[in-house]
Amino acid sequence: MDDFILRALFAGILVAILCGALGVFVVWRRMAYFGDTVSHASLLGVSLGITLGITTHLSVLAVAIGIALLMIVLQAKQRVSNDTLLGILAHSALSLSLVIISLTKGVQINLEAWLFGDILASSNQDIMTLCITTVIILIALRFIWKPLLSLTVNENLARVEGVNVTLVSSIFTILIAVTIAIGIKVIGALLISSLLIIPAAAARYLVCSPIRMVFVSMVIGIFAVCAGMTSSFFFDTPTGPAIILSASFIFSLLFIYNSFKESNS
Amino acid sequence: MSNILTSLENISLSIAGKKILDNVSLTIKSGQIVTIIGPNGAGKTSLLNVFLGLQKAQEGTIFRSPHLCIGYIPQQVAIDPHLPLTVADFILLAKDSSHERLSQVTADVVASHLLEKPIQALSGGEFQRVLLARALIRQPQLLVLDEPAQGVDVNGQAQLYQLLEKLVKQHQFGVLMVSHDLHLVMAKSDQVLCLNQHICCSGSPEDINQHPEYRKLFSTIESESISVYTHNHDHQHNLDGDICPLIQQGKACGTGGQHHG
Repeated sequence: MDDFILRALFAGILVAILCGALGVFVVWRRMAYFGDTVSHASLLGVSLGITLGITTHLSVLAVAIGIALLMIVLQAKQRVSNDTLLGILAHSALSLSLVIISLTKGVQINLEAWLFGDILASSNQDIMTLCITTVIILIALRFIWKPLLSLTVNENLARVEGVNVTLVSSIFTILIAVTIAIGIKVIGALLISSLLIIPAAAARYLVCSPIRMVFVSMVIGIFAVCAGMTSSFFFDTPTGPAIILSASFIFSLLFIYNSFKESNS
Repeated sequence: MSNILTSLENISLSIAGKKILDNVSLTIKSGQIVTIIGPNGAGKTSLLNVFLGLQKAQEGTIFRSPHLCIGYIPQQVAIDPHLPLTVADFILLAKDSSHERLSQVTADVVASHLLEKPIQALSGGEFQRVLLARALIRQPQLLVLDEPAQGVDVNGQAQLYQLLEKLVKQHQFGVLMVSHDLHLVMAKSDQVLCLNQHICCSGSPEDINQHPEYRKLFSTIESESISVYTHNHDHQHNLDGDICPLIQQGKACGTGGQHHG
Protein backbone atom coordinates (compact mmCIF):
# COMPACT_ATOMS: atom_id res chain seq x y z
CA MET A 1 0.00 0.00 0.00
CA ASP A 2 1.15 3.53 -0.70
CA ASP A 3 2.60 5.66 2.04
CA PHE A 4 0.02 8.38 1.65
CA ILE A 5 -2.80 5.91 2.20
CA LEU A 6 -1.18 4.61 5.38
CA ARG A 7 -0.74 8.17 6.60
CA ALA A 8 -4.35 8.95 5.78
CA LEU A 9 -5.51 5.84 7.59
CA PHE A 10 -3.45 6.73 10.62
CA ALA A 11 -4.74 10.32 10.64
CA GLY A 12 -8.32 9.09 10.33
CA ILE A 13 -7.91 6.63 13.19
CA LEU A 14 -6.49 9.32 15.48
CA VAL A 15 -9.37 11.68 14.69
CA ALA A 16 -11.84 8.83 15.28
CA ILE A 17 -10.28 8.13 18.69
CA LEU A 18 -10.54 11.80 19.68
CA CYS A 19 -14.07 12.17 18.37
CA GLY A 20 -15.12 8.95 20.11
CA ALA A 21 -13.83 10.14 23.46
CA LEU A 22 -15.34 13.62 23.31
CA GLY A 23 -18.39 12.76 21.20
CA VAL A 24 -20.12 10.87 24.00
CA PHE A 25 -20.21 14.09 26.02
CA VAL A 26 -21.48 16.01 22.99
CA VAL A 27 -24.37 13.51 22.81
CA TRP A 28 -25.05 13.46 26.56
CA ARG A 29 -24.89 17.25 26.87
CA ARG A 30 -26.86 17.81 23.64
CA MET A 31 -24.15 19.95 22.10
CA ALA A 32 -24.54 18.79 18.50
CA TYR A 33 -25.27 22.28 17.29
CA PHE A 34 -22.38 23.64 19.31
CA GLY A 35 -20.00 21.37 17.39
CA ASP A 36 -21.47 22.54 14.09
CA THR A 37 -21.04 26.16 15.08
CA VAL A 38 -17.39 25.80 16.06
CA SER A 39 -16.54 23.85 12.90
CA HIS A 40 -18.33 26.20 10.51
CA ALA A 41 -16.88 29.25 12.21
CA SER A 42 -13.40 27.71 12.05
CA LEU A 43 -13.35 28.38 8.32
CA LEU A 44 -12.81 31.98 9.35
CA GLY A 45 -9.50 30.74 10.69
CA VAL A 46 -8.62 29.35 7.28
CA SER A 47 -9.19 32.64 5.46
CA LEU A 48 -7.56 34.71 8.19
CA GLY A 49 -4.54 32.43 8.10
CA ILE A 50 -4.21 32.74 4.33
CA THR A 51 -4.79 36.50 4.29
CA LEU A 52 -2.41 37.26 7.15
CA GLY A 53 0.15 34.71 5.99
CA ILE A 54 0.02 32.60 9.16
CA THR A 55 0.01 28.80 9.21
CA THR A 56 -3.62 27.79 8.81
CA HIS A 57 -3.15 25.17 11.55
CA LEU A 58 -2.62 27.89 14.10
CA SER A 59 -5.20 30.35 12.84
CA VAL A 60 -7.92 27.67 12.69
CA LEU A 61 -7.05 26.55 16.20
CA ALA A 62 -7.11 30.13 17.51
CA VAL A 63 -10.46 30.91 15.87
CA ALA A 64 -12.04 27.63 17.08
CA ILE A 65 -10.99 28.24 20.68
CA GLY A 66 -11.96 31.91 20.43
CA ILE A 67 -15.45 31.11 19.12
CA ALA A 68 -15.95 28.40 21.76
CA LEU A 69 -14.97 30.73 24.59
CA LEU A 70 -17.08 33.54 23.15
CA MET A 71 -20.06 31.20 23.22
CA ILE A 72 -19.44 30.32 26.87
CA VAL A 73 -19.34 34.01 27.80
CA LEU A 74 -22.43 34.91 25.76
CA GLN A 75 -24.38 31.90 27.03
CA ALA A 76 -23.67 32.95 30.60
CA LYS A 77 -25.28 36.31 29.85
CA GLN A 78 -28.40 34.54 28.58
CA ARG A 79 -29.74 37.50 26.62
CA VAL A 80 -30.39 35.40 23.53
CA SER A 81 -31.50 31.77 23.44
CA ASN A 82 -28.74 29.24 22.89
CA ASP A 83 -29.56 27.91 19.44
CA THR A 84 -30.26 31.40 18.12
CA LEU A 85 -26.88 32.51 19.39
CA LEU A 86 -25.16 29.51 17.82
CA GLY A 87 -26.87 30.15 14.49
CA ILE A 88 -25.82 33.79 14.47
CA LEU A 89 -22.20 33.04 15.34
CA ALA A 90 -21.78 30.10 12.97
CA HIS A 91 -23.02 31.77 9.86
CA SER A 92 -21.64 35.24 10.56
CA ALA A 93 -18.17 33.76 10.95
CA LEU A 94 -18.63 31.59 7.86
CA SER A 95 -19.80 34.55 5.77
CA LEU A 96 -17.03 36.77 7.07
CA SER A 97 -14.56 34.09 6.07
CA LEU A 98 -15.91 33.94 2.50
CA VAL A 99 -15.90 37.74 2.21
CA ILE A 100 -12.31 37.97 3.43
CA ILE A 101 -11.23 35.33 0.91
CA SER A 102 -12.94 37.16 -1.95
CA LEU A 103 -11.28 40.45 -0.99
CA THR A 104 -7.83 38.92 -0.80
CA LYS A 105 -6.28 39.28 -4.24
CA GLY A 106 -4.39 36.51 -5.91
CA VAL A 107 -5.32 33.77 -3.48
CA GLN A 108 -6.51 30.38 -4.62
CA ILE A 109 -8.22 28.34 -1.93
CA ASN A 110 -9.43 24.81 -2.30
CA LEU A 111 -12.69 25.37 -0.43
CA GLU A 112 -13.85 21.82 -1.03
CA ALA A 113 -10.86 20.43 0.87
CA TRP A 114 -11.78 22.50 3.91
CA LEU A 115 -15.49 21.75 3.73
CA PHE A 116 -15.23 17.99 3.16
CA GLY A 117 -11.72 17.25 4.32
CA ASP A 118 -8.62 16.09 2.52
CA ILE A 119 -7.51 13.08 4.46
CA LEU A 120 -5.24 11.83 1.63
CA ALA A 121 -3.17 15.01 1.87
CA SER A 122 -2.09 14.28 5.46
CA SER A 123 1.63 14.89 5.79
CA ASN A 124 4.07 13.40 8.29
CA GLN A 125 3.96 16.67 10.14
CA ASP A 126 0.15 16.50 10.29
CA ILE A 127 0.40 13.03 11.79
CA MET A 128 2.87 14.22 14.43
CA THR A 129 0.62 17.12 15.40
CA LEU A 130 -2.37 14.80 15.56
CA CYS A 131 -0.50 12.26 17.69
CA ILE A 132 0.64 14.81 20.25
CA THR A 133 -2.74 16.55 20.40
CA THR A 134 -4.56 13.24 20.81
CA VAL A 135 -2.39 12.23 23.74
CA ILE A 136 -2.77 15.63 25.43
CA ILE A 137 -6.56 15.72 24.95
CA LEU A 138 -7.04 12.17 26.25
CA ILE A 139 -4.93 12.92 29.34
CA ALA A 140 -6.87 16.15 29.98
CA LEU A 141 -10.15 14.28 29.58
CA ARG A 142 -8.97 11.64 32.05
CA PHE A 143 -8.35 14.38 34.60
CA ILE A 144 -11.75 16.07 34.26
CA TRP A 145 -13.68 12.83 33.64
CA LYS A 146 -15.47 12.51 36.98
CA PRO A 147 -16.44 16.16 37.55
CA LEU A 148 -17.41 16.51 33.88
CA LEU A 149 -19.64 13.43 34.05
CA SER A 150 -21.09 14.67 37.33
CA LEU A 151 -22.04 18.07 35.93
CA THR A 152 -23.35 16.42 32.78
CA VAL A 153 -25.76 14.42 34.95
CA ASN A 154 -26.82 17.41 37.04
CA GLU A 155 -25.08 20.75 37.11
CA ASN A 156 -26.60 22.05 40.35
CA LEU A 157 -25.83 18.86 42.21
CA ALA A 158 -22.21 18.99 41.02
CA ARG A 159 -21.94 22.66 41.99
CA VAL A 160 -23.26 22.07 45.51
CA GLU A 161 -20.83 19.17 45.93
CA GLY A 162 -18.01 21.58 45.20
CA VAL A 163 -17.23 20.95 41.54
CA ASN A 164 -15.82 24.03 39.81
CA VAL A 165 -18.43 23.89 37.06
CA THR A 166 -17.18 26.91 35.13
CA LEU A 167 -13.60 25.64 35.03
CA VAL A 168 -14.47 22.06 34.07
CA SER A 169 -16.93 23.02 31.34
CA SER A 170 -14.49 25.60 29.96
CA ILE A 171 -11.74 22.99 29.76
CA PHE A 172 -14.15 20.61 28.03
CA THR A 173 -15.20 23.30 25.57
CA ILE A 174 -11.57 23.98 24.70
CA LEU A 175 -10.94 20.26 24.19
CA ILE A 176 -13.88 20.14 21.78
CA ALA A 177 -12.62 23.23 19.95
CA VAL A 178 -9.12 21.76 19.55
CA THR A 179 -10.53 18.44 18.34
CA ILE A 180 -12.65 20.20 15.74
CA ALA A 181 -9.78 22.43 14.64
CA ILE A 182 -7.45 19.50 13.97
CA GLY A 183 -10.22 17.28 12.64
CA ILE A 184 -11.33 19.79 10.01
CA LYS A 185 -8.31 19.18 7.82
CA VAL A 186 -8.93 15.45 7.85
CA ILE A 187 -12.68 15.15 7.67
CA GLY A 188 -13.89 18.65 6.75
CA ALA A 189 -15.75 21.51 8.45
CA LEU A 190 -19.14 20.25 7.34
CA LEU A 191 -18.58 16.68 8.47
CA ILE A 192 -16.46 16.81 11.63
CA SER A 193 -19.37 17.22 14.05
CA SER A 194 -21.07 14.13 12.65
CA LEU A 195 -17.96 12.12 13.51
CA LEU A 196 -18.44 13.39 17.06
CA ILE A 197 -22.09 12.38 17.19
CA ILE A 198 -22.78 9.31 15.05
CA PRO A 199 -20.30 6.83 16.60
CA ALA A 200 -21.32 7.90 20.12
CA ALA A 201 -25.02 7.58 19.32
CA ALA A 202 -24.41 4.14 17.80
CA ALA A 203 -22.34 3.01 20.79
CA ARG A 204 -25.26 3.72 23.13
CA TYR A 205 -27.05 0.62 21.85
CA LEU A 206 -24.20 -1.68 22.89
CA VAL A 207 -23.15 -0.54 26.36
CA CYS A 208 -24.33 -0.01 29.91
CA SER A 209 -21.58 2.16 31.37
CA PRO A 210 -20.23 5.60 30.43
CA ILE A 211 -16.60 4.53 30.09
CA ARG A 212 -17.52 1.61 27.84
CA MET A 213 -19.50 3.97 25.67
CA VAL A 214 -16.28 5.95 25.13
CA PHE A 215 -14.31 2.89 24.01
CA VAL A 216 -17.08 1.44 21.87
CA SER A 217 -17.64 4.75 20.12
CA MET A 218 -13.88 4.95 19.43
CA VAL A 219 -14.02 1.47 17.90
CA ILE A 220 -17.06 2.35 15.79
CA GLY A 221 -15.30 5.52 14.62
CA ILE A 222 -12.14 3.60 13.67
CA PHE A 223 -14.24 1.02 11.86
CA ALA A 224 -16.03 3.77 9.93
CA VAL A 225 -12.69 5.34 8.96
CA CYS A 226 -11.36 2.01 7.67
CA ALA A 227 -14.58 1.19 5.81
CA GLY A 228 -14.80 4.69 4.33
CA MET A 229 -11.19 4.62 3.14
CA THR A 230 -11.58 1.18 1.66
CA SER A 231 -14.62 2.24 -0.33
CA SER A 232 -12.82 5.39 -1.36
CA PHE A 233 -9.84 3.30 -2.52
CA PHE A 234 -11.86 0.83 -4.56
CA PHE A 235 -14.71 3.01 -5.84
CA ASP A 236 -12.90 6.35 -5.93
CA THR A 237 -15.53 8.03 -3.72
CA PRO A 238 -14.62 11.16 -1.70
CA THR A 239 -13.08 9.93 1.56
CA GLY A 240 -14.66 12.22 4.19
CA PRO A 241 -18.25 11.59 3.05
CA ALA A 242 -17.51 7.85 2.69
CA ILE A 243 -16.36 7.72 6.33
CA ILE A 244 -19.48 9.50 7.58
CA LEU A 245 -21.71 7.26 5.46
CA SER A 246 -20.05 4.19 6.94
CA ALA A 247 -20.68 5.53 10.45
CA SER A 248 -24.34 6.22 9.60
CA PHE A 249 -24.64 2.72 8.20
CA ILE A 250 -23.33 1.22 11.46
CA PHE A 251 -25.71 3.45 13.42
CA SER A 252 -28.67 2.35 11.27
CA LEU A 253 -27.87 -1.34 11.73
CA LEU A 254 -27.63 -0.94 15.51
CA PHE A 255 -30.77 1.17 15.58
CA ILE A 256 -32.74 -1.52 13.72
CA TYR A 257 -31.21 -4.28 15.85
CA ASN A 258 -32.18 -2.40 18.99
CA SER A 259 -35.74 -1.76 17.79
CA PHE A 260 -36.18 -5.48 17.17
CA LYS A 261 -34.73 -6.34 20.54
CA GLU A 262 -37.06 -3.93 22.32
CA SER A 263 -40.16 -5.06 20.48
CA ASN A 264 -39.36 -8.69 21.31
CA SER A 265 -38.84 -8.12 25.00
CA MET B 1 -24.46 28.39 70.07
CA SER B 2 -22.08 25.76 68.81
CA ASN B 3 -24.58 23.47 67.14
CA ILE B 4 -25.96 26.09 64.77
CA LEU B 5 -25.13 24.74 61.31
CA THR B 6 -26.22 27.66 59.28
CA SER B 7 -28.27 30.81 59.39
CA LEU B 8 -29.64 33.16 56.80
CA GLU B 9 -30.24 36.76 57.79
CA ASN B 10 -32.51 39.22 56.02
CA ILE B 11 -32.21 37.67 52.58
CA SER B 12 -33.82 39.66 49.78
CA LEU B 13 -33.81 38.61 46.15
CA SER B 14 -35.25 40.24 43.05
CA ILE B 15 -35.11 38.82 39.56
CA ALA B 16 -35.70 41.21 36.65
CA GLY B 17 -37.25 43.75 39.01
CA LYS B 18 -39.65 41.22 40.52
CA LYS B 19 -39.37 40.65 44.24
CA ILE B 20 -38.85 36.93 44.89
CA LEU B 21 -37.70 36.94 48.50
CA ASP B 22 -38.26 39.72 50.98
CA ASN B 23 -36.23 39.86 54.18
CA VAL B 24 -36.16 36.15 54.94
CA SER B 25 -34.23 34.80 57.92
CA LEU B 26 -33.85 31.28 59.23
CA THR B 27 -31.55 29.16 61.38
CA ILE B 28 -30.86 25.42 61.33
CA LYS B 29 -29.25 23.43 64.10
CA SER B 30 -27.94 19.89 63.91
CA GLY B 31 -30.55 17.21 64.44
CA GLN B 32 -33.29 19.64 63.47
CA ILE B 33 -35.75 19.37 60.59
CA VAL B 34 -36.81 22.73 59.19
CA THR B 35 -39.52 22.66 56.55
CA ILE B 36 -40.50 25.45 54.22
CA ILE B 37 -44.05 25.40 52.95
CA GLY B 38 -45.86 27.88 50.75
CA PRO B 39 -47.85 28.28 47.57
CA ASN B 40 -46.36 27.91 44.08
CA GLY B 41 -44.20 30.88 43.19
CA ALA B 42 -43.63 31.72 46.86
CA GLY B 43 -39.87 31.60 46.37
CA LYS B 44 -39.23 28.30 48.15
CA THR B 45 -36.79 26.92 45.60
CA SER B 46 -35.17 30.36 45.18
CA LEU B 47 -34.54 30.45 48.91
CA LEU B 48 -32.80 27.06 48.74
CA ASN B 49 -30.80 28.17 45.71
CA VAL B 50 -29.63 31.30 47.49
CA PHE B 51 -28.69 29.24 50.49
CA LEU B 52 -26.77 26.73 48.34
CA GLY B 53 -24.93 29.48 46.50
CA LEU B 54 -26.59 28.64 43.17
CA GLN B 55 -28.14 32.07 43.07
CA LYS B 56 -26.88 35.33 44.50
CA ALA B 57 -29.15 37.41 46.72
CA GLN B 58 -28.95 41.18 46.53
CA GLU B 59 -29.24 41.63 50.27
CA GLY B 60 -28.65 39.63 53.38
CA THR B 61 -25.94 37.45 54.87
CA ILE B 62 -25.46 33.70 54.95
CA PHE B 63 -23.56 32.16 57.80
CA ARG B 64 -22.29 28.59 57.52
CA SER B 65 -20.37 26.74 60.17
CA PRO B 66 -16.79 26.12 58.94
CA HIS B 67 -16.32 23.09 56.63
CA LEU B 68 -20.06 22.52 56.50
CA CYS B 69 -20.71 19.58 54.19
CA ILE B 70 -24.08 19.79 52.48
CA GLY B 71 -26.01 16.90 50.96
CA TYR B 72 -28.38 18.18 48.30
CA ILE B 73 -31.41 16.65 46.66
CA PRO B 74 -32.48 18.85 43.75
CA GLN B 75 -36.04 19.19 42.58
CA GLN B 76 -35.69 17.90 39.07
CA VAL B 77 -33.06 15.47 37.92
CA ALA B 78 -33.68 14.33 34.36
CA ILE B 79 -30.90 12.09 33.08
CA ASP B 80 -30.46 11.84 29.32
CA PRO B 81 -31.44 8.37 28.08
CA HIS B 82 -28.24 8.32 26.00
CA LEU B 83 -26.18 8.27 29.19
CA PRO B 84 -25.73 4.66 30.34
CA LEU B 85 -25.46 4.96 34.09
CA THR B 86 -26.18 2.42 36.81
CA VAL B 87 -27.39 3.41 40.25
CA ALA B 88 -23.95 2.58 41.67
CA ASP B 89 -22.24 4.76 39.01
CA PHE B 90 -24.60 7.61 39.84
CA ILE B 91 -24.01 7.50 43.60
CA LEU B 92 -20.24 7.21 43.14
CA LEU B 93 -20.24 10.37 41.02
CA ALA B 94 -20.60 12.33 44.26
CA LYS B 95 -17.44 14.25 45.05
CA ASP B 96 -15.29 12.51 47.70
CA SER B 97 -17.38 9.33 47.50
CA SER B 98 -15.87 5.94 48.19
CA HIS B 99 -16.72 2.33 47.33
CA GLU B 100 -16.49 1.49 51.04
CA ARG B 101 -19.40 3.73 51.93
CA LEU B 102 -21.51 2.73 48.93
CA SER B 103 -22.94 -0.44 50.49
CA GLN B 104 -23.52 1.37 53.78
CA VAL B 105 -25.55 4.26 52.33
CA THR B 106 -27.53 2.11 49.93
CA ALA B 107 -28.46 -0.17 52.83
CA ASP B 108 -29.48 2.94 54.82
CA VAL B 109 -31.94 4.02 52.15
CA VAL B 110 -33.08 0.47 51.27
CA ALA B 111 -31.63 0.61 47.76
CA SER B 112 -29.02 -2.18 47.87
CA HIS B 113 -31.05 -4.26 45.41
CA LEU B 114 -31.02 -1.40 42.87
CA LEU B 115 -27.25 -0.91 42.52
CA GLU B 116 -26.87 -2.53 39.09
CA LYS B 117 -30.08 -1.12 37.60
CA PRO B 118 -29.91 1.64 34.97
CA ILE B 119 -30.73 4.94 36.68
CA GLN B 120 -33.41 5.72 34.08
CA ALA B 121 -35.32 2.53 34.97
CA LEU B 122 -36.13 3.51 38.56
CA SER B 123 -39.56 4.43 39.88
CA GLY B 124 -40.10 7.86 41.44
CA GLY B 125 -39.71 6.56 44.98
CA GLU B 126 -36.63 4.50 44.16
CA PHE B 127 -35.00 7.45 42.43
CA GLN B 128 -35.56 9.75 45.41
CA ARG B 129 -33.98 7.17 47.72
CA VAL B 130 -30.99 6.91 45.37
CA LEU B 131 -30.65 10.71 45.40
CA LEU B 132 -30.72 10.49 49.19
CA ALA B 133 -27.96 7.87 49.10
CA ARG B 134 -25.83 10.12 46.90
CA ALA B 135 -26.31 12.95 49.39
CA LEU B 136 -25.49 10.69 52.34
CA ILE B 137 -22.31 9.19 50.89
CA ARG B 138 -20.50 12.46 51.58
CA GLN B 139 -21.46 12.28 55.30
CA PRO B 140 -23.15 15.66 55.31
CA GLN B 141 -23.89 17.70 58.41
CA LEU B 142 -26.81 19.30 56.62
CA LEU B 143 -29.26 17.85 54.14
CA VAL B 144 -31.09 20.18 51.76
CA LEU B 145 -34.09 18.68 50.00
CA ASP B 146 -36.22 20.40 47.37
CA GLU B 147 -39.59 18.64 47.36
CA PRO B 148 -38.18 15.19 48.04
CA ALA B 149 -41.53 13.41 47.63
CA GLN B 150 -42.11 14.68 44.12
CA GLY B 151 -43.29 11.94 41.77
CA VAL B 152 -43.65 9.47 44.63
CA ASP B 153 -46.94 7.71 45.42
CA VAL B 154 -48.67 8.30 48.76
CA ASN B 155 -47.34 5.19 50.49
CA GLY B 156 -43.88 5.91 49.19
CA GLN B 157 -44.08 9.47 50.51
CA ALA B 158 -44.86 8.30 54.05
CA GLN B 159 -41.99 5.82 53.85
CA LEU B 160 -39.62 8.46 52.55
CA TYR B 161 -40.35 10.85 55.41
CA GLN B 162 -40.10 8.03 57.95
CA LEU B 163 -36.74 7.09 56.48
CA LEU B 164 -35.60 10.69 56.67
CA GLU B 165 -36.68 10.98 60.31
CA LYS B 166 -34.85 7.76 61.16
CA LEU B 167 -31.68 8.97 59.45
CA VAL B 168 -31.80 12.31 61.26
CA LYS B 169 -32.10 10.53 64.62
CA GLN B 170 -29.26 8.21 63.66
CA HIS B 171 -26.80 10.73 62.21
CA GLN B 172 -27.93 13.98 63.86
CA PHE B 173 -27.61 16.07 60.69
CA GLY B 174 -29.76 19.10 60.15
CA VAL B 175 -32.41 19.12 57.45
CA LEU B 176 -33.73 22.00 55.39
CA MET B 177 -36.52 20.99 53.10
CA VAL B 178 -39.15 22.41 50.85
CA SER B 179 -42.35 20.45 50.72
CA HIS B 180 -45.89 20.38 49.51
CA ASP B 181 -46.89 17.38 51.58
CA LEU B 182 -48.15 19.22 54.63
CA HIS B 183 -49.78 16.36 56.45
CA LEU B 184 -46.75 14.09 56.27
CA VAL B 185 -44.13 16.73 56.77
CA MET B 186 -45.60 18.74 59.59
CA ALA B 187 -45.44 15.98 62.18
CA LYS B 188 -41.80 15.21 61.42
CA SER B 189 -40.57 18.80 61.44
CA ASP B 190 -39.12 20.71 64.36
CA GLN B 191 -39.83 24.00 62.72
CA VAL B 192 -42.15 24.96 59.89
CA LEU B 193 -41.75 28.18 57.95
CA CYS B 194 -44.56 29.44 55.82
CA LEU B 195 -43.09 31.39 52.95
CA ASN B 196 -44.87 33.71 50.59
CA GLN B 197 -41.98 35.93 49.46
CA HIS B 198 -41.63 36.89 53.11
CA ILE B 199 -42.03 34.53 56.04
CA CYS B 200 -45.74 34.67 56.87
CA CYS B 201 -45.44 32.64 59.99
CA SER B 202 -43.07 30.18 61.56
CA GLY B 203 -42.94 27.94 64.57
CA SER B 204 -43.31 24.38 65.73
CA PRO B 205 -45.81 22.22 63.85
CA GLU B 206 -48.14 22.59 66.86
CA ASP B 207 -48.01 26.39 66.65
CA ILE B 208 -48.66 26.31 62.94
CA ASN B 209 -51.30 23.69 63.46
CA GLN B 210 -53.31 26.01 65.68
CA HIS B 211 -53.42 28.51 62.92
CA PRO B 212 -57.09 28.32 61.82
CA GLU B 213 -56.20 28.20 58.13
CA TYR B 214 -53.92 25.24 58.75
CA ARG B 215 -56.43 23.52 60.98
CA LYS B 216 -58.86 23.66 58.13
CA LEU B 217 -56.29 22.42 55.65
CA PHE B 218 -55.07 19.70 57.97
CA SER B 219 -58.48 18.22 58.72
CA THR B 220 -59.38 18.22 55.04
CA ILE B 221 -56.26 16.34 54.12
CA GLU B 222 -56.59 13.83 56.92
CA SER B 223 -60.23 13.07 56.22
CA GLU B 224 -59.66 12.49 52.54
CA SER B 225 -56.14 11.11 52.82
CA ILE B 226 -55.42 12.39 49.32
CA SER B 227 -56.22 15.95 48.59
CA VAL B 228 -55.25 18.62 46.19
CA TYR B 229 -52.96 20.98 48.01
CA THR B 230 -54.57 24.38 48.22
CA HIS B 231 -52.80 27.08 50.08
CA ASN B 232 -55.33 29.59 51.32
CA HIS B 233 -53.06 31.22 53.82
CA ASP B 234 -52.74 34.87 52.99
CA HIS B 235 -51.92 38.13 54.65
CA GLN B 236 -53.28 41.61 55.07
CA HIS B 237 -51.59 44.98 55.21
CA ASN B 238 -51.88 47.35 58.14
CA LEU B 239 -52.10 51.11 57.79
CA ASP B 240 -48.32 51.49 57.53
CA GLY B 241 -48.31 49.09 54.61
CA ASP B 242 -46.62 46.38 56.67
CA ILE B 243 -47.55 42.82 55.88
CA CYS B 244 -49.29 40.98 58.68
CA PRO B 245 -51.00 37.62 58.92
CA LEU B 246 -54.76 37.59 59.15
CA ILE B 247 -54.71 36.01 62.61
CA GLN B 248 -51.89 36.64 65.05
CA GLN B 249 -50.68 33.15 65.76
CA GLY B 250 -47.27 31.56 65.79
CA LYS B 251 -44.55 34.07 65.06
CA ALA B 252 -46.40 36.77 63.26
CA CYS B 253 -45.29 39.47 60.89
CA GLY B 254 -41.73 38.30 60.31
CA THR B 255 -41.03 38.66 64.06
CA GLY B 256 -42.35 42.17 64.07
CA GLY B 257 -41.29 45.43 62.54
CA GLN B 258 -38.64 43.99 60.20
CA HIS B 259 -40.42 45.26 57.17
CA HIS B 260 -39.57 48.81 58.14
CA GLY B 261 -35.98 48.05 57.14
